[in-house]
Amino acid sequence: MAELHIAIKPETLFHIGGLPISNTLFTSFVITAVLLVFLAAAGSTLKKTDRPTGIQNFLEMVVESLVAFIESIAGKTARAVTFTPLIAGFFVFVLLNNWADLLPGFDTIRYTGEPGVKLVQVPNIPGISKVFAETTTEEVIETVQQDNAPVSATVEEEHAPEEQNRGVAIFRGANTDINMTLALALISVIATQYFGLRFQKAGYLKKYFDFSGPIQFFVGLLEILSEISKILSYAFRLFGNIFAGQVLLAVMGFLIPVLLPSPFYGLEIFVGFIQALVFSMLSLVYFNMAAESHHG
Amino acid sequence: MDNLPSALAIGLGALGPGIAIGLIGKAALDATGRNPEASGKIQTAMILGLAFAEAVAIYALVIALLLKFV
Repeated sequence: MAELHIAIKPETLFHIGGLPISNTLFTSFVITAVLLVFLAAAGSTLKKTDRPTGIQNFLEMVVESLVAFIESIAGKTARAVTFTPLIAGFFVFVLLNNWADLLPGFDTIRYTGEPGVKLVQVPNIPGISKVFAETTTEEVIETVQQDNAPVSATVEEEHAPEEQNRGVAIFRGANTDINMTLALALISVIATQYFGLRFQKAGYLKKYFDFSGPIQFFVGLLEILSEISKILSYAFRLFGNIFAGQVLLAVMGFLIPVLLPSPFYGLEIFVGFIQALVFSMLSLVYFNMAAESHHG
Repeated sequence: MDNLPSALAIGLGALGPGIAIGLIGKAALDATGRNPEASGKIQTAMILGLAFAEAVAIYALVIALLLKFV
């Protein structure tokens, strides 16, 4: 009888020094490395011309649309130039991680500690697999080398609660991990405070500690609370959308394998893009509000 | 009966956002009907509003998943 397993917690792949590296973190490393290599290679072939072609054309289109998007909210100010790297970074990072999660191989290629890499017949989702309890229908691929772990490490395997060793997925979408989204949320909120202090100097603290009256003081404390709730809302919005999307794909794949998940892949592509857009747009709006002087 | 808590979590949790999303769509359509030239800006604001409303439903879904699978 096939079962459906969903693991919210990411599994550890290996350790670097004393730090455990989970499969989501490893996936984000791989995606960042791919992005950097691509950009470095494309950047070395840039030509100064009025009619760009090929990759340069595509990259210029991406940069121009990001800049237009940022300027539409922050205006054509020096602030917008300061915000652009972080906001564009958020957008591209979240977008690529969301979309990469839909590629084949994510969460289907698993490592069980046995030689070779085990390819398990599973739906394409984090921590979810169909476990065929009596017969093993998994195929062990002997020739596939696991050459994607550049550091020497001990490989940990997570033993599933039941007898069969399903192994650990090597790739799992980075934003299906609440740790990753929480980290992004913390970066965004701390950057908000940083930009507020930088553009408004010490006057920014008057938003939180306003001693001109008892009600204003209380409102200042509520503002502190709302910053904390922003962290939670960023983290859970991104995590919930991506993780629930993956669970949806798992359940659909569990019911009718190829046909039923297909329209949901389209939905997931759209949702991945929208969540990247919302995360960066919201960060931009809060940065902008923090940097402008408040008029109450 | 075992799954009742998670069923209630997502079922009741999706009521509010469902209504909210409908209202946002209605407002966007009304605005576009009045002023078709501004439809680009209206669409952007609508998508943003939809993402926030949907986020609340997603919070409820996360709780439902936690209850069921953890």
